[in-house]
Amino acid sequence: MSLWEYANPKKFMGWTGPVLPWAFWMAGICLVVGLFWGFFLTPDDYRQGSTVKIIYLHVPSALMAINAWMMMLVASLIWLVRRHHVSALAAKAAAPVGITMTLIALMTGAIWGQPMWGTYWAWDPRLTSFLILFLFYLGYMALWAAIDDPDTAADLTSVLCIVGSVFALLSRYAVNFWNQGLHQGASLSLDKEENVSDVFFFPLLVCIAGFVLLFVALVLLRTRTEIRARRLRALQLREVRT
Amino acid sequence: MIALLLRDLRLATRAGGGFGLGLVFFLIVVVLVPFGVGPETAILSKIASGILWVAALLAALLSLDRIFALDFEDGALTLIATAPIPLETVGLAKAAAHWLTTGLPLTLAAPVLGVLLQLPASGYSFVAVTLLLGTPALSMIGTFGAALTVGIRRGGLLLSLLVLPLYIPTLIFGAEAARRGTAGLDASTPLLMLAGITAGSVALLPFATAAVLRINLR
Repeated sequence: MSLWEYANPKKFMGWTGPVLPWAFWMAGICLVVGLFWGFFLTPDDYRQGSTVKIIYLHVPSALMAINAWMMMLVASLIWLVRRHHVSALAAKAAAPVGITMTLIALMTGAIWGQPMWGTYWAWDPRLTSFLILFLFYLGYMALWAAIDDPDTAADLTSVLCIVGSVFALLSRYAVNFWNQGLHQGASLSLDKEENVSDVFFFPLLVCIAGFVLLFVALVLLRTRTEIRARRLRALQLREVRT
Repeated sequence: MIALLLRDLRLATRAGGGFGLGLVFFLIVVVLVPFGVGPETAILSKIASGILWVAALLAALLSLDRIFALDFEDGALTLIATAPIPLETVGLAKAAAHWLTTGLPLTLAAPVLGVLLQLPASGYSFVAVTLLLGTPALSMIGTFGAALTVGIRRGGLLLSLLVLPLYIPTLIFGAEAARRGTAGLDASTPLLMLAGITAGSVALLPFATAAVLRINLR
């Protein structure tokens, strides 16, 4: 019995079926609790006022936007090395979720930026690299959509994901070099003296957990859909042949 | 590899090969910019190096889909793939041919077109040097993109969508070095980074190009 057995499509459908409602419920509970706690039970910041509360949407979605790409990278590597179809389909399923997270992060940032920075958009390194990440997601999804043969599509998008990761990382450092930042630094690090206050920190943790669970649930759901679509395609092909 | 390179060069310079189209495109973009932003000398000379870089990048992009598409259509690519040279070398030769027919002419033309954009005198050498260092990376990345989309019908637009984000680091460092050099600041750091990106792309991307070619030819 090894871990890889769970990548068998039949097994995968077997264990994700019961897990899925749990993931959705947990995500829903975490998000409702975290957002309610954050929006109504925490004080306003003394300088930012109530705008500080957008942190409960902005930070978790930004976190998941990057982690979704990381997950796609790992899934692509697994597909290239071990040829598990579920892995390739999971990478395909994660892309639309990731791009949505990227958009949420960009939008909430813009809404917060208007009263705080006086502008919706600035060519700040963090903002710019998120925009670039958005473009990478677009290219990845467009390549999936453009190729008929599913195995070829999985192979090509996997290579694109790996090469794209290198260039996305390069872009991150390039824009850092290119322009000075307006965006504040990290304030959730475990190893730093000065962090965001506990009052905001604990509801934020709940929200992050909620976003992680939501991402897992959505990816599992979309992967199941992809597997079913693949089965349907196989059945149809068989029917056409006979 | 030399034979392949010479063949590509000959095909590109022959009638209908598309050689020079990129250059003309470059010229037109540079002519259009002053119509868009206005003819004031101060503004133009400030943005000249950046415009030259973006225009050169777009001109290089324009000719990318010719790298593999024609060979793929008439079956020559399959023959090349079965020839006794590694596919990695094929990718490198294709990129070199693309650079010789696009990147190098663009580099030579850029200072001349700089006159039209009121490029300050200090900028000519920097624009030429950064383009000389940066365009090989553009060709190599573009060759990878072309190999990725070779099997797709009407892949031209998709190719641009895939390649443009990959061009961002090269553009940032190239344009930054040209801008700093033009303004008389120290440009050695972005120049080194630009050279690093070119060296890294030329060293690593042939392998990725060969990998996607194998997938597309299977």
